[in-house]
Amino acid sequence: MIDIEALEFHYPQGEFSLSIPHMVVAQGEKVAVIGPSGSGKTTLLNLIAGISKPHQGKVAVADQTVSSLSDAKRRDFRITRIGFVFQDFELLDYLNVLDNILHPYRITHALNLNSEVPQRAIALADELGIGDKLKRFSAELSQGEKQRAAICRALLPQPQLILADEPTGNLDPRNKGRILDLLFENVASSNATLLAVTHDHELLPRFDRVIDFLDFRNEAVA
Amino acid sequence: MTSSFYIAWHYVIFNRVRSVTLVACITLIAFLPFALQLLLAESQQLLQSRATSTPLLLGARGSALDLVMNSLYFDDEVPERISMLAADEIADTGLGYAIPLYVRFLARNYPIVATSIDYFDFRGLAIADGRMFTLLGESVIGADVAEDYGLAPGDSIVSSPETLFDLAGIYPLKMTITGVLERSHTPDDRAVFVDLKTAWVIEGLGHGHEDLGKTNDSSVILKRTEDKVIANAKLLQYTQITTDNIDSFHFHGDASVYPVTAVLAVPHDAKSATLLRGRYLDNTQYHIVRPTEVIEGLLESIFRIKTVIDSVIAIVGLATVLAIILVFALSVRLRQRELSTIFKLGCSRMTAVKLIAAEIAFIVLASSVISTGLLAIIGANAETLVRMLIFR
Repeated sequence: MIDIEALEFHYPQGEFSLSIPHMVVAQGEKVAVIGPSGSGKTTLLNLIAGISKPHQGKVAVADQTVSSLSDAKRRDFRITRIGFVFQDFELLDYLNVLDNILHPYRITHALNLNSEVPQRAIALADELGIGDKLKRFSAELSQGEKQRAAICRALLPQPQLILADEPTGNLDPRNKGRILDLLFENVASSNATLLAVTHDHELLPRFDRVIDFLDFRNEAVA
Repeated sequence: MTSSFYIAWHYVIFNRVRSVTLVACITLIAFLPFALQLLLAESQQLLQSRATSTPLLLGARGSALDLVMNSLYFDDEVPERISMLAADEIADTGLGYAIPLYVRFLARNYPIVATSIDYFDFRGLAIADGRMFTLLGESVIGADVAEDYGLAPGDSIVSSPETLFDLAGIYPLKMTITGVLERSHTPDDRAVFVDLKTAWVIEGLGHGHEDLGKTNDSSVILKRTEDKVIANAKLLQYTQITTDNIDSFHFHGDASVYPVTAVLAVPHDAKSATLLRGRYLDNTQYHIVRPTEVIEGLLESIFRIKTVIDSVIAIVGLATVLAIILVFALSVRLRQRELSTIFKLGCSRMTAVKLIAAEIAFIVLASSVISTGLLAIIGANAETLVRMLIFR
């Protein structure tokens, strides 16, 4: 599902650079990415999603080299194939929860907002425990509820790949397990791939594989 | 594009204080010049139509504008008085006929226009209800006066005292309303018409009082001789003219020198008009003016002022438009995080531009609807507004 070769990336300003010689994630695999803060975990997710472009190397998702697509195609690819749970949720404060969940459908023609989609959104929100918050604005939600809304938005288009940046970072222990169960259930039911950045080492046994960013560093230095 | 409007609508509603402020700014800038234009066009039309239908106006030398405004629009700036002799002089020339006007007093804040019956024929005014005044102390009122106070024939209206505490001043006179004029959409709708003699009674030149020969109250009498009885201020003066006391009303002195404010001169033809104007060219006491010329002069001044106002509005408008552009530009900068979010979600730059364009469209649309509504209200009430604001 994900195939990265000789990836090199650095921001225009600053000393940060990311170097990944090789990385592969198979279809249906659930992979956790760990590493110290500032090691480039979120940058990696952005590169896989096509939000950022590598300076060198190849990033391919589902046999499609994302880094070589035009801006428009990369956007369409991301919105239809990839579900992204952002670390800071990225909810719009002037839309209610339901509209935030449906937002990707309204800003692109790549997704079709038919009458069935809002029904699915409501059902999914119910599963995630925010069914009664759909008319609320994001400012009225707790951090955990915002996170669940962000997960709901990412899962709704039934993507093949889910990139999750600290998906349980703001959840209490009881909800953490419940949300992760739901995330895994959705991934399993659609045979999707999950790549999740996390600092929570208690969760690692639940993943098929763990990628430690320190290994990349060591490999790159070697 | 529908989705862009949906999202933009939520943004506009959520940020309602900002949206309302922007709508108010754009509404004012769009509305003010057009409203001013509407009111000026209406005032021009009102001024010109009245002036055009009045051939010549004679009055005391002085401000031609005051004379025209008082005589045609019953403005409360009273020109210097002339005597009734002036009207007789015009009639004596045989070049036309004269309609004296005495516009000085008020009744319930409406001007009392004292004139002759000829005025009603000249202006084409007809009685809608009741009859024309025929006796001293009777009045005919305009349609607006009747409507504003719910007055009808048989009711009465009282003249306003000029100075409340001046014992020697103008006393109120209760006048019987005999008729209501048909609406003419002219200043005549907002006037109380009386005979000249009634105005002179209001002024105190004529009066009625109890018969001194029959009074039993000796304290009223200051001095009694064989042919004359002199009374003091205790003598009861009538403040209403009725059929019982009308015979006691009398005027002192020569009525031909009683005051009027102007004389409408209606020449028989253009040649008579020219001759009539020629006669007063060198007159030191009176001047005769063509109201159209005076009003054209006034309108020129108004439109010169309007040009200045237009320039000011244009500059303010430009500044406001620039400020609005700045507001939108700053709001785009403030919304960098939100824009970054929608770009991350897969939104194109074009869609982002559409979202902002849709927001601007909502603001402009709301401003346009409000401006149009306000202009429609101004347009429908332009005449009333002009009368309220300009011809008070």
